[in-house]
Amino acid sequence: MSENGSGPPNKPGPPLWLLAELTYECPLHCPYCSNPVNLGSREQECDTDTWLKVLSDAREMGAVQLGFSGGEPLLRKDLEQLVAHASDLGYYTNLITSGIGLTEKRIAALREAGLDHIQLSFQAANADANDLIGNKRHSFEQKLKVAKLVKQYEYPMVLNFCLTAQNIHQIEEVMALCCELDGDYVELATVQYYGWAYLNRDHLLPSQAQLIEAEAKVNAFRDQQDGKGPHFIFVTPDYYEERPKACMNGWGSTFLTVAPDGSALPCHSAKILPLTFPNVKDKSVQDIWFDDFAFNHFRGTDWMQGPCKTCDEKDLDFGGCRCQAYMLTGDMYKTDPVCAKSPDHHLMAEAVAKSQTPERELVYRDPKVKIPITEI
Amino acid sequence: MSELISKVPKLNRLFRFQFEKAQDCYVLLFPEGMIKLNGSASAILLQVDGTKSVGDIVTALLEEYPDAEGIEEDVLAFFEHAEQKRWINYV
Repeated sequence: MSENGSGPPNKPGPPLWLLAELTYECPLHCPYCSNPVNLGSREQECDTDTWLKVLSDAREMGAVQLGFSGGEPLLRKDLEQLVAHASDLGYYTNLITSGIGLTEKRIAALREAGLDHIQLSFQAANADANDLIGNKRHSFEQKLKVAKLVKQYEYPMVLNFCLTAQNIHQIEEVMALCCELDGDYVELATVQYYGWAYLNRDHLLPSQAQLIEAEAKVNAFRDQQDGKGPHFIFVTPDYYEERPKACMNGWGSTFLTVAPDGSALPCHSAKILPLTFPNVKDKSVQDIWFDDFAFNHFRGTDWMQGPCKTCDEKDLDFGGCRCQAYMLTGDMYKTDPVCAKSPDHHLMAEAVAKSQTPERELVYRDPKVKIPITEI
Repeated sequence: MSELISKVPKLNRLFRFQFEKAQDCYVLLFPEGMIKLNGSASAILLQVDGTKSVGDIVTALLEEYPDAEGIEEDVLAFFEHAEQKRWINYV
């Protein structure tokens, strides 16, 4: 970034965070999934050699945090091989999983391969709600077993709960469960509205009153923890904010996502934008990160329009999220409408109002679902 | 004299300490995060092995950096900070 924030961007630093989305396939069907609505097919997935090269190239550039994600990354039979390679290269390796399919044999093999950390998702604090949201029977029971195994094999364990209008009232039960499972960190993440979650937003978005109540309960719970037990992180949705989030710490500044088909993206939802993204099957990670048109497109501040262009906060939030600007206004160059300075800010209040009376049915994430997309 | 001196620190299992060539510094890695360390924090953590006490670490650093001033204060301040941040715990 140039000194006055208005010139062309200098050469960016390396991608510190590599998110390897190994597959979009998943045994669960959560309506708030952040995967794209167009999931593609498994035949398009990168092969093992492609992934091995991506890991080597990105590490050479300086990437250090590596997330194996999806979909459900356990569905890839080469996961252990990829983890072993990443571990040899010196990455800190994170497995981001639903836990479904994580047998003791595999958890031991992953330990052997050098996996550093497991993040386990839950859909709710009890079996009925959990299994309904993920649309899979007995999944809660399996997750409890996996949590025990994660601790038994001495992995740091992060528990992740996606909070929506359907489960946010359970927040105290959620925190109690996390203590019982002895999680090290807990993400209480109110869903962000991308992919399937955007499609189902009107059903999922909690009210402001629900959020305030949940946050107060989290704070009260933290106060009586006395420095013991899980570290709780509460993430609010930006729909009720007045300033946008500094999305991905700035476009192409820190994060690199590689989607199952090899598409290289500055974030996991950027594929929806009207840009052509490069593919790791055709180009090296180095060429993609430094020279690709799409990666350079929103670096720096030259691309901005008003009110961002003259805003004294433009180097703090980078204009917010390009995907959100595009989804809500149809123009990816506009200020993220979350910002109260945006002429489109009224869209947020309208979205909140719409969520009181959803017009269409909630759909589960499933490739067979006929998707009622009419917006944009 | 601080009671810290006789305690034996070890790295919290949630953290990994390593040198990062691209950052040209030591870092602490933990689930989905990284902390870049300055020179003195790195020199101290290089001594943390789960057997040396804080006092032993001060002695070792005094030998390694005979011209540096205020090593003991720096080490004590570091461990207070590191415990608060849960980077280390005591054996």
